Amino acid sequence: MIDTYLIPLIKILFVLNATLIAVTYMVLLERKVIAWVQVRLGPMRVGPYGILQPIADAVKLILKEDITPARADKWVFTAAPIIVMVPALITFAVIPFGGTVNLFGREMPLYITDINVGLLYIVSVASIGVYGIILGGWASNSKFPLLASLRASAQLISYEVAVTMTLVSLIITAGSLSMVKIVEAQLTSGLWFIFVQPVAFVLFFIGGLAETNRAPFDMAEAEQELTGGFHTEYSGMRFALFFLAEYANMIVVSSVATTLFLGGWLRPFPNLEALSFLGFVPGWMWFLLKTFVFLYIFLWVRATLPRYRYDQLMRLGWKVLIPIAIANVVVTGIVKVLL
Amino acid sequence: MGHAIAFYLISALILGFAVLVVSTRNTVHAVLFLVLNFLAVAALYVLLTAQFLAVIQVMVYAGGIVVLYLFVVMLVNLKRPPEDHSSPQRRGWLGVGLGALVLAQLAAILVWGGVGTPADPYTMQNSDLALNNVERIGMLLYTDYLVPFELASMLLLVAMVGAIILAKREL
Repeated sequence: MIDTYLIPLIKILFVLNATLIAVTYMVLLERKVIAWVQVRLGPMRVGPYGILQPIADAVKLILKEDITPARADKWVFTAAPIIVMVPALITFAVIPFGGTVNLFGREMPLYITDINVGLLYIVSVASIGVYGIILGGWASNSKFPLLASLRASAQLISYEVAVTMTLVSLIITAGSLSMVKIVEAQLTSGLWFIFVQPVAFVLFFIGGLAETNRAPFDMAEAEQELTGGFHTEYSGMRFALFFLAEYANMIVVSSVATTLFLGGWLRPFPNLEALSFLGFVPGWMWFLLKTFVFLYIFLWVRATLPRYRYDQLMRLGWKVLIPIAIANVVVTGIVKVLL
Repeated sequence: MGHAIAFYLISALILGFAVLVVSTRNTVHAVLFLVLNFLAVAALYVLLTAQFLAVIQVMVYAGGIVVLYLFVVMLVNLKRPPEDHSSPQRRGWLGVGLGALVLAQLAAILVWGGVGTPADPYTMQNSDLALNNVERIGMLLYTDYLVPFELASMLLLVAMVGAIILAKREL
């Protein structure tokens, strides 16, 4: 009873809340990091160094008037932000935050579940999130959101192909689709897969930027061209859901990249005896640290790079990333057979 | 018991969404019900411990193909009422005929194929199949079912080439 219902429930509650808090603080972190890059201070007024800014933002967004455009499709308009947010959150069910630890005299794995198709589950759940963006733009009954949502969905579908092909070569290397098994494969090989599959890592990271609609691929919300993008007509908490889903997706991509390429909860060079003093840092700390590095790179890229033009974006996706990804799969397969 | 309840609940959802797909007037809503229908089918696969199939169902059908449907519907169906087809009666009779054909097919499977008692999927929970879904399907596809598998991929390739030729006037 306790093992089948209570403990998973507690884990789910914990992970959901931790994720949502992380998401709100990502917003603050982004404002701060971009401010530092641009030699500004960023939010400073609410709390010391603006540390309470997310709470003020949340209160503001909840209290704002919630407007539905007069001729919008009410049901779809309401559903769209939910469809974006839910897939981003349920992905965390299969992400291993750490190995098994001993907690209150009980062996406790630090993940909610480990299914044998974990990686495919993440890819398929992420593909559902596209609907929220398409429908949000369509249901607003307004031309700029519609254009933006068409752009966004074309972009997401294109880069989904590249990312999935990239993952195939990683699956060949790891020999499993289970997220936990992939980390364990990196333990047995003694190397993080970033060293085994550097090409796949670069492709995955570019694809991840595009999949989360982040700069330099934030075509869907190009302010200058589309007045804000597919969520132009949204206000209050519904807009906040779109906004938070973007950050939740960033955390998802970062944790998936950490698990697949940076060895999840493993320390650097997990089989090297000389580095065993690093064992004093618990596994979940390594995981959070690596994920944080990725998140920081996301912000750094946004503060540094200009936006791609739309046709360049599609050309990059179809004519560069996908061919390289397919070639990588072929090479990986040949090497795997030869070795 | 729990499995039976889940099965009938999911089946009812599948049928309900299927009816909504064809009865809704708004085409975008119809496509959305189709997505829900596919997701319910994926749930049914999970119940049969075919996790791989379930995930692929979501990825390919719910997440891939229907997005393209939605594209087409959104671009074609801008504020125009559905056109009346030439003869509603004829269309009605065609529907009845096709429905009868499908029913006859199902009846034929029942009569000649026999319902039998297939291996109870619920007892396979801890078996080899449930644990190594992906490996087992891969082995079967590339050994026993190699020819149908290759034929299906050829069919997809031909369809793709056809679509490209139709879409692009000059190659």
